[in-house]
Amino acid sequence: MELIYFDHISGTPLHPLVKEVMIKYIEEGGFGNPSSQHRIGDAAIETLEDARTKVSALINAKPEEIVFTSGGTESVNHAIKGVAFARAKKGKHIITSNIEHQSVSRTLRVLMGMGYQVTAVPVDRYGMIDPSDVEKAIRDDTILVTIMHANNEIGTIEPITEIGKITRGRGVLLHTDAVVSCGNIPVDVEEMNVDLLSMAANQFYGPPGVGALFIKEKTPIYPLIDGGTQENNKRAGTQNLIGIVGMAKAAELARLDMPTRTEHLLSLKRYFLERVKGIDDIVINGHPEKSLPGLVSFSVEYVEGESMMIMLDEKGICVSTRSACASGSLRASHVLIAIGSDYATAQGTLLFSFGIDNTKAQIDKAFDVLKDTVAFLRSISPLYKKK
Amino acid sequence: MQYSETVMEHFKSPKNIGRIENPDGIGEVGNPVCGDMMTITIKVKDDRIEDIKFETFGCGAAIAVSSMVTEMAKGKTLEEAMKITNKSVAESLGGLPKNKLHCSNLGADALHKAIMDYYNRKEGKPKEPKQFEKVEYIEKKEAGCHCPYCDAELSEPAPFCKRCGKPIPQEK
Repeated sequence: MELIYFDHISGTPLHPLVKEVMIKYIEEGGFGNPSSQHRIGDAAIETLEDARTKVSALINAKPEEIVFTSGGTESVNHAIKGVAFARAKKGKHIITSNIEHQSVSRTLRVLMGMGYQVTAVPVDRYGMIDPSDVEKAIRDDTILVTIMHANNEIGTIEPITEIGKITRGRGVLLHTDAVVSCGNIPVDVEEMNVDLLSMAANQFYGPPGVGALFIKEKTPIYPLIDGGTQENNKRAGTQNLIGIVGMAKAAELARLDMPTRTEHLLSLKRYFLERVKGIDDIVINGHPEKSLPGLVSFSVEYVEGESMMIMLDEKGICVSTRSACASGSLRASHVLIAIGSDYATAQGTLLFSFGIDNTKAQIDKAFDVLKDTVAFLRSISPLYKKK
Repeated sequence: MQYSETVMEHFKSPKNIGRIENPDGIGEVGNPVCGDMMTITIKVKDDRIEDIKFETFGCGAAIAVSSMVTEMAKGKTLEEAMKITNKSVAESLGGLPKNKLHCSNLGADALHKAIMDYYNRKEGKPKEPKQFEKVEYIEKKEAGCHCPYCDAELSEPAPFCKRCGKPIPQEK
């Protein structure tokens, strides 16, 4: 059975060239500690700093503004808690949106238990934040605004540049969770006016378990992990160089190949959308234009998402019902409820996220299975009959 | 895969799907809001369940439970069928993942409701008015109460979320 992977939002496969540099690094030693003061340590430093330069180039940052982490979740935790603790004397108010990933919302919930106050701005029916809502929410004691660059469930790209102009003007720090956007769409920290930005390698064909946090020079922030002086005193612990080497190669490829990748992904998305719109009672979620190129979220009325997902999996087609991190939860997606989807429709949502290796032939095959699955599940649904 | 082989078999090729025309009893439970809704219709002859069919909106477990409970009840006397429990349905399926156990509750509940409906009709009692469960109740049953807008945990049922200020829907 041919496996068709349409779940790149949960993690992208390793690019062959990324795999190659990682294996080469392991074969050539692959154990040096950049903190050692002998020649093996020196070689490791060189590898590390070369990787830092490549990752910084992807987001137009300076190499010294990049801190390597264990992935997107650590980066987000570091950014939010690090700033909250460093600026606690100035204030304890943080602004966010109501469609953030759990790594943001759960972190904020922990801070709320410690006496911090959080304001969540709403989104419109496309999941778009109005920058003026952020401006209105800013108080004298606001220390941080944390708003995602692109949403991981519906793909909508938020107006971070406009929000950044506001936060700069008001002297408030801005963090953006760019985990699903970075490496897939242009990200420029200068243009976006952000102070902190989280990213993960396994969203752009790098390995899982490695990510980075951009921290603009002079940003007040505490480390999340204390210990040695690694990462310019910002993140203790010996670096995961095998992962970092892979992330650097992936970042380099993402920067160079982005136009061709985007074109390919957009053509797959358009091709799939044309077909899926042919099924009756389908709702396409997210912004029609300002959206991630490879992601389609759609709700199938009268059926439930998990049953569709498992039936597709039985035929070798891997998709997801919502963010992988939330799939254990049975509650309707908070993102879909925030954009005004009703609970029953939200339960029937599937997420197709395409990658650079996918083809139109795979979409044809998956669509045939999807059509049959929807027809079967609707035939046994009490809601469809009642229509 | 989180489901047992038996669950997968019943999910992929469910038995007794559909709706009996002019049934002797109807049992409807669940609510699309929480992602599960089940309708069981029965035909009764000489106090025995002669035919039984289901329609389900729900996850893989809910569909497998519906199929299994109808298989277990088919041909049984009404008294025997009333003894089918949520637990025995889950056991016959080779177990269910913890977070899906509530789906098995729907199966036996729908069956028992259909049988009660049959008795009520026989005695000429008026049909029970259709009732929907409250959202709040479902969320509490799972992992505490959460604001559906900002995902903040709510320590107690409240008309508004303390964090984002949006009204919490009490029922749908």
